[in-house]
Amino acid sequence: MGAHHHGPAKGLSRWLFTTNHKDIGTMYLWFSFAMFILGGAFAMIIRAELFQPGMQLVEPAFFNQMTTLHGLVMVFGAIMPSFVGLANWMIPMMIGAPDMALPRMNNWSFWILPPAFLILASTLFMEGGAPNFGWTFYAPLSTTYAPPSVTYFIFSIHVLGLSSIMGSINIIATVMNMRAPGMTYMKMPLFVWTWLITAFLLVAVMPVLAGAVTMMLMDIHFGTSFFSAAGGGDPVLFQHIFWFFGHPEVYIIILPAFGVVSQIIPAFSRKPLFGYDSMVYATASIAFLSFVVWAHHMYTVGMPVAGELFFMYATMLIAVPTGVKVFNWVTTMWRGAMTFETPMLFCMGFLVLFTIGGFTGLMLSIAPADFQYHDSYFVVAHFHYVMVAGAVFSMSAAVYYWLPKWCGRMYNETMGKTHFWISFIGFNITFFPQHFVGLAGMPRRIPDYALQFADFNMLSSIGAFIYGASQILFLYNVIATIVAGKPTSDEKTWDGAEGLEWTVATPAPYHTFETPPQVK
Amino acid sequence: MLLKANRLVKLALGSVLTLLGLASAAVLAAESKVNQVNMSPGATEVGQNIYDLHMLIFWICVIIGAMVFGVMFYSIYYHRKSRGVTPATFHESTKVEIAWTVVPFLILIGMAVPATSTLLEIYDFDDAEMDILVTGYQWKWKYEYLNEDGENVAFFSNLRTPQSEIYNSEAKGEHYLLEVDEPVVIPVDTKVRFLVTANDVIHSWWVPELAVKKDAIPGFINETWTKASTEGIYRGQCAELCGKDHGFMPVVVNVVSKEEYAGWMETKKAEAAEIRELMAQTFTLDELMTRGKAVYERNCLACHGANGEGGVGTAIAGSAVAMGEVSGHLEIGINGVPGSAMQAFGGQINDVEMAAVITYQRNAFGNNMGDMIQPIDVYNHKRG
Repeated sequence: MGAHHHGPAKGLSRWLFTTNHKDIGTMYLWFSFAMFILGGAFAMIIRAELFQPGMQLVEPAFFNQMTTLHGLVMVFGAIMPSFVGLANWMIPMMIGAPDMALPRMNNWSFWILPPAFLILASTLFMEGGAPNFGWTFYAPLSTTYAPPSVTYFIFSIHVLGLSSIMGSINIIATVMNMRAPGMTYMKMPLFVWTWLITAFLLVAVMPVLAGAVTMMLMDIHFGTSFFSAAGGGDPVLFQHIFWFFGHPEVYIIILPAFGVVSQIIPAFSRKPLFGYDSMVYATASIAFLSFVVWAHHMYTVGMPVAGELFFMYATMLIAVPTGVKVFNWVTTMWRGAMTFETPMLFCMGFLVLFTIGGFTGLMLSIAPADFQYHDSYFVVAHFHYVMVAGAVFSMSAAVYYWLPKWCGRMYNETMGKTHFWISFIGFNITFFPQHFVGLAGMPRRIPDYALQFADFNMLSSIGAFIYGASQILFLYNVIATIVAGKPTSDEKTWDGAEGLEWTVATPAPYHTFETPPQVK
Repeated sequence: MLLKANRLVKLALGSVLTLLGLASAAVLAAESKVNQVNMSPGATEVGQNIYDLHMLIFWICVIIGAMVFGVMFYSIYYHRKSRGVTPATFHESTKVEIAWTVVPFLILIGMAVPATSTLLEIYDFDDAEMDILVTGYQWKWKYEYLNEDGENVAFFSNLRTPQSEIYNSEAKGEHYLLEVDEPVVIPVDTKVRFLVTANDVIHSWWVPELAVKKDAIPGFINETWTKASTEGIYRGQCAELCGKDHGFMPVVVNVVSKEEYAGWMETKKAEAAEIRELMAQTFTLDELMTRGKAVYERNCLACHGANGEGGVGTAIAGSAVAMGEVSGHLEIGINGVPGSAMQAFGGQINDVEMAAVITYQRNAFGNNMGDMIQPIDVYNHKRG
């Protein structure tokens, strides 16, 4: 019994058998960064091919594998695990708990991830190539017409879903049962709130995704015809099931990002978050609405007009709680005393660019206009504004914000700011022109394009290379901080920061809050 | 305080003007196709309505954005610690919070009204003057004119851009990737209804300037329509990922005068009659080879390679099929290989073309079989 109170075990077994939320959080974060680099490498191949019209570097078949794997790796490998890692590190420390509620399951939910991605990546070397049907894997392209590796893809999705469900159950159990005395729900930091709601979304929709891929498996190997019209099945059914998962999924990605921003903006504005209650209600409303808007991804499949109208109105409604959040963040800054360290810069970058992504989202919700936007580069621009400038920027902000607490060393501020500005500029050069080519009629997921799109595509590729390179700087800065950053033992790294995580020693000891704190 | 408010107004005005500048540049550029930055109103009334809706929402977003970012940048400039300010402590205001929940809701209603009416217009399929059945194939479109006299006219529309342009060994033409061997022709000022379906995977038939995009789904027949008010050639592409050559199946619609359309339809009907005649003919090897080469390049080359060396499909040069029994070769050509990318071409190309391409495959790429297949052989094979 006594040994594990003193600190981590030595060597590899520390990481393999650990049940410590900080170790597991660290593994999640490093794993997701590795996947971010891998998914980024796929993106670089895509942008290199699209640098000029004509086929230069890869064949169309391989190009499709790249778009598919880029999406899958970024969504399931980079963004989702990174926020799970953050949840592991921060939720127990934010609510005054000694660890996660289900530590052994925590270990398991991490350790099934690397094999799942190994399987997914190995499909690249299989006969017929990797999955090539897009990350949305619409049937029958992903069933009757899929390469043989689709079976491995299905298995990998099942394992990822399992990992997410276990991770979410753990977060729900932790938040509901392990809060320190006095930490009522309406006193929880916003990051904990957004994750609690996200965890419920995950538990609700991951089984739906599992159902979809299982039906695919049956169609491919066991002679069923769920999605095959020739056998009496329905290809559109696949899209309904997929997007019933897929739309909540995008909020699963963005809600924890909202949480991070809601922690950081008050800290650097030196002023409490404006409208805490309405933030909580807005998050819950967004989560609820996410279940009734899925078919806005399918305006062109030929739904009856009543269906189109319902999904259009419901989707437009999402603008209300999202607007509330943006107004609250801006009002938090209003009459604060702001400073602009790297975490704050990333949050402000988030605020501007996510809002632009929100505007294009509102435009996309308008069904008649969507008949022109749908499946064009306008959509690609839209979701990269919310996914990259939303989720990835907020994740970068989170790393800079909490890194000193995690490792007891300060990162290099100049390098951090440089990372921000290169990212911000590179990101906009990449994705802003994609609005233009999309509106002008360029479809997404094409390996080659007509000549009138050439200039903006070249610009976009240049931006992508800049953005990609800036992430190397990020990696370098983080490693340099951990290895040789200026040591700091201030409990509160940032003078405006609030919350229990800033009351423990820096660096955070292996075990924190072994006796719960009293929250006033 | 007044001074500050003045500055705020100036800042907001500045932002709006910058955005206006960008937008007017956008309008200018929209005139020319190259580097077009905005949606085109196109050649239809519906397209114009969609465009107006798009611009309405765009400007609403610009104004809200200018206000939000205006406040934010004002704050960033004036409420910074380096200016020695002490932070305020307020953290809620029920009135303000209710206001910015209700006002956006009202704005949304304002958007929903025109959106609904445009949507209902798009969904009004009544009174179509003609019907065209559009079928998506990997990776080409088939158009079938469902004529009232029962004499339907059907043809495939394939990408015309040569591989040499795609693989950069020749300069790219003006309509690179947006050109087909046979465009679909429709009359101007006529409500044309398209019945859209697919033969294999899901495709999506999109012509931006005709304001039409509809998914082509196997097992479903979707409806959509257009009524072009200006003659011209309108180009679009498949919008739904449909496999390897998704980027290489353009749509070209030729909108012509009603008279020209009637003439074109007569020609097509005559061509169909001519093909029926050709079916009964016997061809020489040279004739078959010439016709076969053209059919091969249109239908087979993408998968089997320019020299029959294979690719996605198996190699034809020296293959057991091309150098084996004629009936086995015909069987694969007509009925395809189920569960593989090899489609059943029996319904896609006519018997003359099938006879020619099979002959070509057996006598090109070093496969010197010396045998000839006539249209009657294809006909007989189909009848078993």
